[in-house]
Amino acid sequence: MSNKFRNNPELKPLLQKIKNDIAALDGKVLPLKFMEVCGTHTVSILKYGFRHYFKDSIKFLSGPGCPVCVTSARDIDKIIYLAQEGHHIVTFGDLIKVPGTHSSLEKEIAKGATVDVVYSPLDALNIARNTKKEVVFIAVGFETTIPVIASLVLDAYAQNIKNISILSLVKTMPNVLRFLLSELQGEIDGLIMPGHVSVIIGSDPYEFIPEEYGIPCTVAGFEPVDMGLGIQALVSQIALGSPAVDNRYKRMVKSEGNRAAQELISAVFQECDVSWRGFGTIPKSGLCLNEEFINFDAEKRFYIEVKDEVVQTACICGDIIAGRKSPLDCTLFRKKCTPENPIGPCMVSFEGACAAYYKYGE
Amino acid sequence: MCLAVPYRIISKEGNKAIADVFGMKKEIDIRIIEDVDIDEYVLVHAGFAIQRVNQEDAKETLELLAELCEAEE
Repeated sequence: MSNKFRNNPELKPLLQKIKNDIAALDGKVLPLKFMEVCGTHTVSILKYGFRHYFKDSIKFLSGPGCPVCVTSARDIDKIIYLAQEGHHIVTFGDLIKVPGTHSSLEKEIAKGATVDVVYSPLDALNIARNTKKEVVFIAVGFETTIPVIASLVLDAYAQNIKNISILSLVKTMPNVLRFLLSELQGEIDGLIMPGHVSVIIGSDPYEFIPEEYGIPCTVAGFEPVDMGLGIQALVSQIALGSPAVDNRYKRMVKSEGNRAAQELISAVFQECDVSWRGFGTIPKSGLCLNEEFINFDAEKRFYIEVKDEVVQTACICGDIIAGRKSPLDCTLFRKKCTPENPIGPCMVSFEGACAAYYKYGE
Repeated sequence: MCLAVPYRIISKEGNKAIADVFGMKKEIDIRIIEDVDIDEYVLVHAGFAIQRVNQEDAKETLELLAELCEAEE
């Protein structure tokens, strides 16, 4: 079945239909501006050639849906501090090369820091069982990943594993989108919603987008057919002049999301204000551990000292994830900044807009 | 990082299951998928099943594609 979403002869006529429908739009300035919120969608749009195919009719803007990209330099500095203090850091691989203000985990590993890269947060439990050191799991991610991190905390509690904590840098989608849409009012014609965040939270939390901002949005999957149908949903709503929340990823996403996953999240976390690269602090846009699990909070367990300093570079990652600029606008792109020597996080993560443009862009 | 891929369940015990992805066998956590069946597909992110794949809805989406194309012809 999944192959039919990747190679399907019916996709080509659909794309031609979308082009015709865009050309027939009355009173719309072209190109239409669509933001793909999720970094994995940025990869799909470039990899499968959508950006090139629609180059005259749709401008795709990358959004804030790359967890590593939206982690602030100050938060990276906290990770570096914990590594320098001799704690055993457990992290997703994406974070290793992300530069903080003066260092990165990669540089700290070279200096002897203990850092393990894991595929699943739950792997941190075994690491903690086999060391006397304090293990700190670096919790980055959106709603897709947060139930797994909640399970790590619940399992550590149930199994009485005391030498583990998490540095919670997790973020949630609805309020950053609200912030972004207020900032870009009138500049975006439609949103492609993050498919796997929506698996967890559902499509209902997006109702405010058509209601308050008057623009359509669609939940889409990541295969070429999914992307084509998602784009068609936006164009058709624009043509009808009736913006709504559309779900074109029904095989995975229910309107109410996955309740069991939501319960895991609310058992362990509570909403808090967090800081985003490119945006600053946004109220209730992230999660921190609730009172019951506060002992697992690395920021409470350890003293973490980071300075408030900003090192200016020409990196425009913050503007790219806010939809203000494209990687092609950056003077460092492909010259000083490459996946081997990234200057900013948008080039580090494989789903960062800069890394995707580097790999698949023309 | 929100990458997730469908896996086919081969066997299960408690919160854990062995599942097939691209011909490889992997252990996954199925604690939030109620009563998952052998041979059923689940969407897996970071070693954790986050949703069961609804084959009926998949079929419907492909039918929608066919309908939209017919309308054009």
